[in-house]
Amino acid sequence: MTPHSSELTVSAKGISRLYGKHAAVRGLDLEVRHGEVLGLLGPNGAGKTTTMQMLTGNLAPTAGEIRVCGIDLMDQPVAAKARIGYLPETPPLYRELNVAEYLRLAARLHRVPRARCEDAVARAMQRCGLAEVARKLIGALSKGYQQRVGIAQAIVHEPDLIILDEPTVGLDPNQILDIRALIRELGRAHSVILSTHILTEVEAVCDRVQILHHGEVVFSNTIAGLREFQRGRTVTISLHRPPAIETLRAIDGVSTVEDEGDGRFLIRFAPDVDPTAALVARAGAENWGLHQLTPAQTSLEDVFVHLTRGENAGVSAGESSSEGATAPAGEPRS
Amino acid sequence: MIFTIAAKELRALFTSPLAWLVLTVVQIILGYGFLKRLDDFLQIQSQLAQLASPPGVTELVAAPTFATAAAVLLFAVPLLAMRMIAEERRNQTMTLLLSAPISMTEIIIGKFIGLMIFLLLIILVVLAMPLTLAAGTRLDTGLLATLTLALLLLAASFAAVSLYASSLTAQPMAAALLSFGLLLAMLFMGETAGDSLRARGWPIPAAFAQVFSPLRNFEPLGKGMLDSYAIICPLLLTAAFLILAIRRLDGRRLRG
Repeated sequence: MTPHSSELTVSAKGISRLYGKHAAVRGLDLEVRHGEVLGLLGPNGAGKTTTMQMLTGNLAPTAGEIRVCGIDLMDQPVAAKARIGYLPETPPLYRELNVAEYLRLAARLHRVPRARCEDAVARAMQRCGLAEVARKLIGALSKGYQQRVGIAQAIVHEPDLIILDEPTVGLDPNQILDIRALIRELGRAHSVILSTHILTEVEAVCDRVQILHHGEVVFSNTIAGLREFQRGRTVTISLHRPPAIETLRAIDGVSTVEDEGDGRFLIRFAPDVDPTAALVARAGAENWGLHQLTPAQTSLEDVFVHLTRGENAGVSAGESSSEGATAPAGEPRS
Repeated sequence: MIFTIAAKELRALFTSPLAWLVLTVVQIILGYGFLKRLDDFLQIQSQLAQLASPPGVTELVAAPTFATAAAVLLFAVPLLAMRMIAEERRNQTMTLLLSAPISMTEIIIGKFIGLMIFLLLIILVVLAMPLTLAAGTRLDTGLLATLTLALLLLAASFAAVSLYASSLTAQPMAAALLSFGLLLAMLFMGETAGDSLRARGWPIPAAFAQVFSPLRNFEPLGKGMLDSYAIICPLLLTAAFLILAIRRLDGRRLRG
């Protein structure tokens, strides 16, 4: 064991889940350290929920290994589950209970000693801003409050690992901000995995991000890495006297060039090189009449679409470069 | 942990109008039956007195009341148990239990105990009716004890079967129908199918048929006979269906 492994809250190695012949998740690796917020990103049906169900022991992986704080989830499910708090897509709320009763039940089910239950419930309610609705029936609460009760349920037993499946879905913007602040706060003392398809959310709260597509990890990096990935990979230049497109393609470090007409070109760079300076020098020397050069601001959305839709060569080059932290996914995609 | 779940189930039962409705209807049926039999008994009491060893009030009033209660449970238990797993799945609240550090066995046993406490309440009410007669006459306490035991065992096997049925579907109503069908099938099987198949030379041991025949086990106890066989068979049936329900929950985790 490496010295690092002590602070590893969850590690999943090569987990797969098959439904018949269809693989919902294939050879997925995932690691979260203490005090880290990991965002699972992906289009609908990418396998986010399945992954979370496996991590929480709701679904048995077809293959692979999951350890929570070093405890094997398959061998010692009870000990491992005691360290996990899970908010599924649909919060598992008993509508006929009031908030305090429900949280007390959740605390007891998670083996919080009876003597500490009241404190734990009070603390969870205070953290999630539920104190004023403590005596209200859950069925009578608004969607936003129900979502908060769902989060409170996941943190009431102070788990090491908190797993939140789309925690901000259906909330209004103020509530979303509240919940994000809460997740950030939780991320300091616990480890958090959250799934979402809202990219700003990932930027706002996550330390690291893994993008899933067709049940495989297609991107895994820190948020800084994601920003890096989105920045400086393309540049648009406008030339009064453009040379032949092949000349541009021949410049060192340029991977593709698209002619957008009117002397404008979209130039993509190969990974880890920035040929902008060379480009400008050439333009000056050969008098191409360079009058505009814009680093194209690809938004996170572009990156996302790029990774999950465009399955061409350019993408895979980008992928492999920024995939430092990802282990290669099992077999090649069909 | 089991009792946390049992308490939660009891609470869920008592917050739903269905449980109260079942309690009310059962009480009306049983109360009417009890009073009717008591009335009949009082009318023929003078004739009975002429017999050499006349049957007592426990035999003539209490025993049939318990038999009626057995028939009523056949309808009531599927209705009470139908929501226990089916509705948790439909409302997706099962995730709370499955994500908590609790084993599947604890979940099922907890739910079973919760249901049994509720059924115990019905049985106690059934028992209370003949007990009121103690004010005016002497009761056969031995017979009352075996009758209560018989009803308890019957309720346990019904509860286990209904709980299993509830684990098969996400529709509470379908679960109720399913368990009702299962229970009826078992009654018929024990009463007729087992015997007639054996008469045709099928090698079905009588003991096996008896395990699946809750009402046949009810008879000896209902007559005051403390038959160990009639006690073990329903317990086996209960255990078998609880294990099936546990395996069913586990299977959902494995197969999704």
